[in-house]
Amino acid sequence: MAEKKQFPKGKMVPVPSHSIIPERDLGTSPILECSHLGIDFGGLTAVNEFNITVGRTEIAGLIGPNGAGKTTVFNLLTKVYQPTRGTILLDGLDTHGKTPAQINRMGIARTFQNIRLFSNLSVEDNVKIGLHNQEKYSMLSGILRLPKYWRQEKAAHERALELLSIFDMQDMADHQAGSLPYGAQRRLEIVRALATGPSLLLLDEPAAGMNPSETAELMENIVKIRDTFKIAIMLIEHDMSLVMGICEGICVLNFGQIIAKGTAEQIQSDPTVIEAYLGKQQ
Amino acid sequence: MKKINKNSLNGFVNYGIIIAAFIVLQILIGKGVLSNSLQSLLVPACCYIVMAVSLNLTVGILGELSLGHGGFMSLGAFSGIVASILLQDLIPMAPVRLAVSMVVGALAGALGGVIVGVPVLRLQGDYLAIVTLAFGQIIKNIIMVLYVGVDETGIHVAASSDRFVLAPGGTAIIKGPMGAVGVAKLASFTAGAILILITLLVVQNLVNSRSGRAIMALRDNRIAAESVGINVTKYKLMAFVTSAALAGAAGALFGLNYSSTVASKFDFNTSILVLVFVVLGGLGSIRGSIIAAALLYVLPELLRKFDIAEYRMLIYAIVLILVMLATNNDQLKSMLGRIIPKRKGAVSNG
Repeated sequence: MAEKKQFPKGKMVPVPSHSIIPERDLGTSPILECSHLGIDFGGLTAVNEFNITVGRTEIAGLIGPNGAGKTTVFNLLTKVYQPTRGTILLDGLDTHGKTPAQINRMGIARTFQNIRLFSNLSVEDNVKIGLHNQEKYSMLSGILRLPKYWRQEKAAHERALELLSIFDMQDMADHQAGSLPYGAQRRLEIVRALATGPSLLLLDEPAAGMNPSETAELMENIVKIRDTFKIAIMLIEHDMSLVMGICEGICVLNFGQIIAKGTAEQIQSDPTVIEAYLGKQQ
Repeated sequence: MKKINKNSLNGFVNYGIIIAAFIVLQILIGKGVLSNSLQSLLVPACCYIVMAVSLNLTVGILGELSLGHGGFMSLGAFSGIVASILLQDLIPMAPVRLAVSMVVGALAGALGGVIVGVPVLRLQGDYLAIVTLAFGQIIKNIIMVLYVGVDETGIHVAASSDRFVLAPGGTAIIKGPMGAVGVAKLASFTAGAILILITLLVVQNLVNSRSGRAIMALRDNRIAAESVGINVTKYKLMAFVTSAALAGAAGALFGLNYSSTVASKFDFNTSILVLVFVVLGGLGSIRGSIIAAALLYVLPELLRKFDIAEYRMLIYAIVLILVMLATNNDQLKSMLGRIIPKRKGAVSNG
């Protein structure tokens, strides 16, 4: 790619050294570096001074009370909102001024808190839409059904079923996405995001609405995805068993500010975190 | 859970319907069963079927309301007429000239689609509808004052009759409010049927390809589509321009079916009429659009033959209302669902 590293003047700062990265990722450059990231909505500062570094194969957690700005951070990372301040480096490349679609092509895929599937289409088509940028045939070869079309459609079909098999969903390929049970819809969203071939996967409350056994299965699958695809995963979750169980680095957000960063043990014993969740002791 | 019946059989059935209808109608014409007045409806019916299928691409598959489809038809009609007259000496064979004129019409429609689409597709919902509506009116008003003619010095285009001077022996093709006159009627029912088949091929194959999935993804959830790396403007424009090009081709066929055509023929009412076909046929349902366009175009003309001629528009309106009531009635839907188990959209989700 001809894309060069672009650092806007006066915005570049050294990555805070206290960020925790799993040991195995120390030798490689981080996949994501945010520095001084912030956004204001009018006079309201929703996120401020958000500094985080995510390792290449790290599972990172983002937690915090309701309204802390967790989803806003995801929306900043994927450029649904353009940040007011700060820089986001994805694999060392500045993402300044990119559109959400470009961000996805650069390597960030995400799921949504309120499920956003293509609900009138089949499960398989949902995954195939995720594969959109890996299929290369033009509109014309699609209309004329040239050999390229058949070859790539066959490959996409096989790839879609393979991805669906991560969650044992290949039998549902012909079902309408909108008619799936809630848990399956959440899993399909993850599969669709994976289909885009990301290097960083953002999961917004993947376990919402799942029962404990489903959550346990999801935890296994998240780790499995990280191990098979060798990607970094960052997740927002309220289910503490999931976060404390699989996240290597956890970042706690309150009122748009990072109040604590560390491993599960460090977070659980941090007094500011306890205060943010439970309130001050009188 | 609902299973989607997604074999490509559906598409082949549509080709089959058109070919079968074509053969049956040809036999009826051969045996002299079809009256002249009915025969004269065949080509316009083909045009309206193409219009409905192509509008379905914008409204049903892309999910954007467009009220300017008549404008693209108009562009296609007049550029097709101009092309057919200019090429009179160059291409003497009528079917070839018709085909070339239809391609010119399609290109004109596509050009119009790009001009409207680039700025307008940033808008959504009602705003898009308003701008496309205005576009249709603008096209109509421009052609109303346009004079186009040809003589030995070349093509002449003027915006008023005073400035429109042709050398002796020249031909005036479009004469402002009088429209295009002295057009050679090149259109035939066969050409109409072929155009429908081409339209079906384009729309159905587009829908079942990578591009079509991207277009439907935009309809279902724009934010999610962006999040998986789909270029919103590109695919919106692709659907819109394809739809406009097909409307342009239909317009060219329509224009070449009459010896004279006026711009006011393609006004707001035409756009709405096509939209009615699409909505009644079912958004996103290609077969629905074909059937609705064919029936609803021929119905008012058929009613003309009976004693109740004065009431024909009243009956037409009642039929429209009844169809709407019937298609939105849950009991009727579930009844149909039991008869045809795999019918799309039948019965609530299990």
